[in-house]
Amino acid sequence: MRKQMKSLLGLSLTAAMALGLVACGSGSSSKSNGTSNSAKNSKEGNVLNIEVWNDEFINRVTDHYPGYKKINATKGKIGDVTVNWIVTPSQDNAYQNNLDKVLPKNADASADKKVDIFLVEADYALKYTDADANVAMKLSDLGIKKSDLADQYKYTKDVVTDANGDIRGASWQACSAGLIYNRDAAKEVLGTDDPAKVQESVKDWASYNDTAAKMKAAGYKITSSDIDTYRVYSNNVSAPWVKNGKVTIDPNIKAWVDDSKKLVDAGETGTADLWSDDWAKGFYPGGASFVNNKGADNQANLTGEKVFGYFGPAWLINFSMHADDPASLAAQGKWGFVNGPQGFYWGGTWICAANGTDNKKLVKDVILKMTTDKDILTAIAKKDSDCVNSKTVLKTLASDKSFGNKILGGQNPYQMLADGAEKIDMSKISIYDQGCNEEFQKAMKNYFEGNATYDDAIKLFNKAVVEKYPDLKAE
Amino acid sequence: MKTGKTNVVSKYNRWGYIFLIPFFVVFLIFQLIPLVNTIYNSFFENYMSGLRRVGPNFVGFQNYSALFKGGDLLQYFGNTMIMWIMGFVPQILLALLLGAWFANPSLRLKGQRFFKTVIYLPNLIMASAFAMLFFTLFADGGPINNMLIQAGMIAQPIKFMSNVWTVRSLVAFMNFLIWFGNTTILLLAGMLGIPADLYEAAEVDGASPTTIFFKITLPLLKPIFIYVIITSLIGGLQMFDVPQILTNGSGDPMRSSMTLIMYLNKHLYSKNYGMAGALSVLLLIITGILSLIVFKFTAKKEAK
Repeated sequence: MRKQMKSLLGLSLTAAMALGLVACGSGSSSKSNGTSNSAKNSKEGNVLNIEVWNDEFINRVTDHYPGYKKINATKGKIGDVTVNWIVTPSQDNAYQNNLDKVLPKNADASADKKVDIFLVEADYALKYTDADANVAMKLSDLGIKKSDLADQYKYTKDVVTDANGDIRGASWQACSAGLIYNRDAAKEVLGTDDPAKVQESVKDWASYNDTAAKMKAAGYKITSSDIDTYRVYSNNVSAPWVKNGKVTIDPNIKAWVDDSKKLVDAGETGTADLWSDDWAKGFYPGGASFVNNKGADNQANLTGEKVFGYFGPAWLINFSMHADDPASLAAQGKWGFVNGPQGFYWGGTWICAANGTDNKKLVKDVILKMTTDKDILTAIAKKDSDCVNSKTVLKTLASDKSFGNKILGGQNPYQMLADGAEKIDMSKISIYDQGCNEEFQKAMKNYFEGNATYDDAIKLFNKAVVEKYPDLKAE
Repeated sequence: MKTGKTNVVSKYNRWGYIFLIPFFVVFLIFQLIPLVNTIYNSFFENYMSGLRRVGPNFVGFQNYSALFKGGDLLQYFGNTMIMWIMGFVPQILLALLLGAWFANPSLRLKGQRFFKTVIYLPNLIMASAFAMLFFTLFADGGPINNMLIQAGMIAQPIKFMSNVWTVRSLVAFMNFLIWFGNTTILLLAGMLGIPADLYEAAEVDGASPTTIFFKITLPLLKPIFIYVIITSLIGGLQMFDVPQILTNGSGDPMRSSMTLIMYLNKHLYSKNYGMAGALSVLLLIITGILSLIVFKFTAKKEAK
């Protein structure tokens, strides 16, 4: 009797184990019960899946796309179609890793799981709009004509144009950027805070570096970090990072190294990482004491770092300079905006249609409405302060007296932003840009801080690039 | 008669094997197969460039020779060991001291439970959260620099993250803080396992506390000691989260705080299974050799 009990127990245990394994094995295959693709082709899918890395586009669609009904933070409805937002943060490359996994197999995914729209940033847009990769649809295949995009700035189209000249995405933003300067510092050192006159003292790199020395004498760093000027130089290169599989350092990138090294050595700029607390110190008036910062947030400027300016686009002014903190310079309207030494852009989000989508009509409509509809773009500019991707809308805004920016002390930056956007040339990009730019800045930090010679820092950069892109050569 | 009995015994033994099945199945699926797979992968060129997959192409030992080229691997191994030793030495000393105090009944320590809990607490915080905290504390304009400046001890903020030895010390200090409680508990358990009559006999013979510690506690603690050293060594070789978060993955300055696993992590960007596999296999071999050395070295005297 006892023996029987034991064997029964043993049997049931093994059975439980085996069952568990079987269940594991069958789990993955049982899900492909979606209706076949060919049958669905004529009809639009019921679910619109959109891959995003934050809630920016979710908010734009919620606020401005006609007929969008919000259900919760990551779900909504457009007519009968359920909109499903898939949020993957971009930290540690997680967003791209996710895209890399789902996009190549998108055509075979079940109908409700198919990605219909995904967003990309300029730094890695080419990776996904590449003609060979073919994960983003040509806009022409969706029925969007080049004439539909005529009002958009050329650089925003360059960023998502593949080697054959096909456009595979569109953006509602034109993030042209300039130098955002501290008006108090300008008055103190340059004797004026008038944008036209401030521009004179930063109109090219030579006068910029002269101004840096004057700023230093008055106790200001010209920028918070060497990284601030990086994009200005790197957007104006004469050749892409990679040619024929070989990494080359452009003269303008080398100029950034040389200029920055001089500035860092002279104490005219720092080496903080972008977005770090140290970098953001300049958002506050310098030299504040504990007492009068009471109630301000913990990033208040206690060490007395004073910064003349930050290089950035409209979104940096509106969202990143701590304008909601009454102690910050932004809240007091003490910033001004000029074009600076060279034209550049920073950021922006592009909308791509995923190859294999079963909602082509809806995707086409979303792209057209969100990136070309002038009423919607005007509404976005008014509500969200985006610098929108439409020449005519920006022109109207520039002449609109009511459009002064409080953070900029009432200055209307749109004319400068529009002029800047016309000048940007993004034809020199390659799919390796993101990795090259990141690793170059990291490696050069060692040189600026005196932990390595220039040659050693370059060696470190070459090593790091080949780790990221094993198919490249770097010497 | 005799055959019948062995039959019963072997039949009964069968249950032993059946009960071992769950472990072996789990071991096979989650450990052995990935292990063999890693070794297999290390002989292939296999990575992503953008959305394009290169390989898998069989390349023999090319990944291994690429790893050894330039001597970087040795540098990362050195970094790892330096930071491990810098953390482990103070950790084992403090753990021994605390363990001896806790285990000594004649001290009549009050609030033992409380202190045992407190010293273990840092281990409950996620290492990455810990590193993030230190990163903020020791930033150029962070609280530590602010305090030192306000106290008039320094005029210019110290750039903790831009100096080889401050970065390494911070990593070592964090590992020390996280692990010394754990080590104390382990050593304490070992000390409490030593029969009390040995201590009493020694006391009766007039041995001083120091003599007792070195002649009785330490020799009898050896098995636990070996265990602590080997587990800590393996953990040290796999050091990753603390330096990764503290230096934002760069191992700066000039990769002087880059550990082997951080280097392994660098190959994940391109999903480079070949190089990452080769590095993992090397790590397996290094761990094995080091553990063997520690084991041989410390177990030798016991055999005598």
